[in-house]
Amino acid sequence: MFRQDTPTAPKKYRALDTRKANVRQSAAQWASSDYPHRLNFYNIPPTAEVTLDEFEQWAIDRLKVLGEIETLLFRNKNGQELATEMKPVLDKYLPLSHNPTLGAGTKEGREAWERCRRERKKDHYSHFIVRLAFARSEELRRRFLRCEAALFSVRFMNEDSDAKREFVRELGLAMEPVGDAEAKQYAEELGGMFGARNNSEWYKVEWERVPDLVEKRMVFVRRGMAYVPSSLQGSLVQAEFTQRLEKDLELTARALPRLDEDSRLLPILNHLSLGFSASDTLNNNNTLTSLNGETITAAQIDGLVQHFPLCMRHLHLTLRQTGHLKHFGRLQYTLFLKGIGLSVEEALIFWRQAFKGVTDDKFNKEYRYNIRHSYGLEGNRRNYKPHSCQQILTDHPPGPGESHGCPYRHFSMDNLIAAVQSMGVNEKGVLDGVKKDVEAKKFHLACNRVFEFTRRKELKEVAGHRDGSLGETITHPNEYFEKSWKLVHGEALGGSEVKKEDRMEE
Amino acid sequence: MSSPHEMEHEMEIELPDGPATLNAKSHDTLGEEVLQEEVEKMETELESKKATPEVEVKKEEKKLDEMFDDDEFMDQDDAELLELERQANEQAMKKEEEQVEIKTEPSAPKPTYADDDLMLAYYSRLFPFRLLTSWLSHSPLPTPSFHNREFAFTLQNDAYLRYLSYRTSDDLRKDILRLNPSRFEIGPVYTLNPRERKAMRNNAKFKPIEKELVFDIDLTDYDPVRTCCDKANICHKCWMFITMAIKVIDVALREDFGFEHILWIYSGRRGAHAWVCDRKARLLDDQKRRAITSYLEIVKGGAQSNKHVNVRRPLHPHIARSLEILKPLFKEHILEAQDPWGASSTPHLSKLLPDAGLVSALTKKWESAARDSVQKWTDIDTVAKSGVSRSLDTKALRDAKQDVILEYMYPRLDANVSIHLNHLLKSPFVVHPGTGRVCVPIETERAEEFDPLAVPRVSELLKEIDEYEGVEAREGEVVQDWEKTGLRPYVEYFRRFVNGLMKDEMKGKREREGDSMEF
Ligand SMILES: [Zn+2]
Repeated sequence: MFRQDTPTAPKKYRALDTRKANVRQSAAQWASSDYPHRLNFYNIPPTAEVTLDEFEQWAIDRLKVLGEIETLLFRNKNGQELATEMKPVLDKYLPLSHNPTLGAGTKEGREAWERCRRERKKDHYSHFIVRLAFARSEELRRRFLRCEAALFSVRFMNEDSDAKREFVRELGLAMEPVGDAEAKQYAEELGGMFGARNNSEWYKVEWERVPDLVEKRMVFVRRGMAYVPSSLQGSLVQAEFTQRLEKDLELTARALPRLDEDSRLLPILNHLSLGFSASDTLNNNNTLTSLNGETITAAQIDGLVQHFPLCMRHLHLTLRQTGHLKHFGRLQYTLFLKGIGLSVEEALIFWRQAFKGVTDDKFNKEYRYNIRHSYGLEGNRRNYKPHSCQQILTDHPPGPGESHGCPYRHFSMDNLIAAVQSMGVNEKGVLDGVKKDVEAKKFHLACNRVFEFTRRKELKEVAGHRDGSLGETITHPNEYFEKSWKLVHGEALGGSEVKKEDRMEE
Repeated sequence: MSSPHEMEHEMEIELPDGPATLNAKSHDTLGEEVLQEEVEKMETELESKKATPEVEVKKEEKKLDEMFDDDEFMDQDDAELLELERQANEQAMKKEEEQVEIKTEPSAPKPTYADDDLMLAYYSRLFPFRLLTSWLSHSPLPTPSFHNREFAFTLQNDAYLRYLSYRTSDDLRKDILRLNPSRFEIGPVYTLNPRERKAMRNNAKFKPIEKELVFDIDLTDYDPVRTCCDKANICHKCWMFITMAIKVIDVALREDFGFEHILWIYSGRRGAHAWVCDRKARLLDDQKRRAITSYLEIVKGGAQSNKHVNVRRPLHPHIARSLEILKPLFKEHILEAQDPWGASSTPHLSKLLPDAGLVSALTKKWESAARDSVQKWTDIDTVAKSGVSRSLDTKALRDAKQDVILEYMYPRLDANVSIHLNHLLKSPFVVHPGTGRVCVPIETERAEEFDPLAVPRVSELLKEIDEYEGVEAREGEVVQDWEKTGLRPYVEYFRRFVNGLMKDEMKGKREREGDSMEF
């Protein structure tokens, strides 16, 4: 499907001649030696033909991999844990063999090399196809970038050190080794750095190249240079990978309008990007429009708090205690309430009553618009989705005086335990479990644990979950609410799907 | 290697059911051509339209004074902000005329510090427009960094005008004298002239590309640790928080990141802004702004988290250095001046210490006799040494005490202001409508000497001009109005700053041009 102009086609090289001779050279090398490494920076687009079947199948396989990565990232899996869980998926959909030790002289050798080449070609091509499909929106680009970066890190981590070294060497990253004199001068500073070992080798790079390490204060920074220990070289390569891909994605996006004119390619690409969106919907789009078709009124909210996860419960109680919530708290809570079925009219009533010290005039001027906006009734009328756990955990960590966020992550342990106890969780085993989850940064699990405890009776009696466990993890506050409400009202979990289908048939 | 030119080839899509070949161009020079075309198209379009300033009505109207300091409007989601703007923009077209009328009506009583007439006199006689223009241009004459720079005015009737831009210093001055804003803000430099934003069909081409890296430190964020004042009020005791913040942040920006042109500005009431003007800083994208901001941010956690500082050991060099700066000041400025723990036998301090045995021994001691913060701080070591707890980990205690110092003294930044390239920030030398004080520069090397309560008020300055008795004009030399007033040292400092910046900028420009010649 991708077919480059024949190798002699002058068009490609003409432009490159004067500007980037080295690119031409490496492209030529690439073609001759095919794929020397398992790892790939995807700097060079595919140049040979593939069949339509391959085009689609390869892209779909890669999407399966990226989809799985996204789910795992969402569950806070990182590093080795991510690599372990990804291994079977990668083996199945995008295997990459090591360079065969057999020479190409034997039949087995030739077959091994051929398999190796095909695997790498599939990896290479599928990356570019999916890149094309995902360049169309900022949101898709961001997700693609995140997943591809994680995929690269998994592979980089599992690569043999020799192969890694060779790969990095060929990348030719500008890294200046830190000389002995300088290392001595900064001995104290460097010695205190994360990842430093005795006899660590250090590299100096402009700090802009490793913003993630700077952000987390994992490198020593002096006069604009970041001192990176060789143990964090992976980060450096990773950062480089991400930055290059980000840039390339923007270029692809700019070239896309032309592609859109191509009516035959478009459906395939659209279809591919939709496939990826579907997995997102699972995580983020779990909203309920109303309970059993009844509308919820402002006056009912206090009675429904028993079904709220701790984050929303905390926002509600803060609102009731102080008569106010700061901006992000308002946003998080408004969208949640919208998700459980509070209409905009009722939302305006709810907030008007809740903001105690605020005059009608001030309320109308300052808050009314925001609430209507959250409901998509102002401005671009975008229908904002209630925030998922992931968004709440990562988007805007609360500052002093703010009440939004995830209590499991953002509260001190003492306050968290007190808050959980106020939800009626008093069994030591459960509280210890919550502590353990939080310490391991498994905030969802802590929240689910609390859910299971507070709804233990219903889980057994109503839903027939004999062990009192929920089965799958709740990953959205509205999902928490929905499950709790249903259990208490004697509905089996998963009922909503059935009902939705019924409705569709009507 | 990742040069755009690698994308430069055609992908031919051959469908198996026919010979049709679909060209999917995917190289970037194509994008550039398109861009070029569009720019030309826009330019011709613009020729034919005389741009009018966009008048936007802020949806979140507040009392001017509140709006000035409050972060509620500023801390919204980007998307939401954009939305607000767009929305306001739609209405603005309809309302433009009404507003002119409103303006001529007698306005509600305003604080006497900065009424309309005073402001107009201040802008026409004292405001350093030329210097401001050179500062934003990094050059004696206006550059695109100035032409394509967004200004936003807040008018006396609270209307908010965005996407204003000016060719010259005089244009800016004229418009300010015409509209007499109560304050104005400076935003990013855009790819194209912000005034023409509306005429552009393709908004993707209109992007912010450059702005000083800015920081905002506000005393309200210190309310959990300051006892002398709260909310909008300040005194010399709590101003120390800002002085310490300036020292800690300034040295980090210089030593760690290598920035040299850092301008600190008094925000007019209870805080300070930093404008990092180095070219490298101006070109940072949001991700890198976030990286620096997080690097500098140590005090974290919402109202429900007890311990707001949790830093790794060994301390990162930046934190170790900050601690060195702050520690010697802790006793005088926190323990003595603020006395945060004097009143309670279980003060916030108790929650920050590691050992339950130690804490209960301390509580007992503090219950039996009133102890002030200085005493309580020394009690910790005395009691710890007396062996009340066998499990006491002395290293953990030392770390906890360091964390306490950081929690009470380390700078608290409003991260949102810094992270976004397109965030607007109040201009230097505007007047704070609530206090009437001018937002003057703070000399970094002499930050301790800066007295926010002695910063000139606009009314005083105008009086000083009238009372000036110096030689009105020496031979061929005109004494500028600002030279007759208390604004003089501040303007002179600003001029030195701008000169230094321009000098470096020219040097850098020559080097960059020299570099490209070699290719
Ligand atoms: Zn004070």
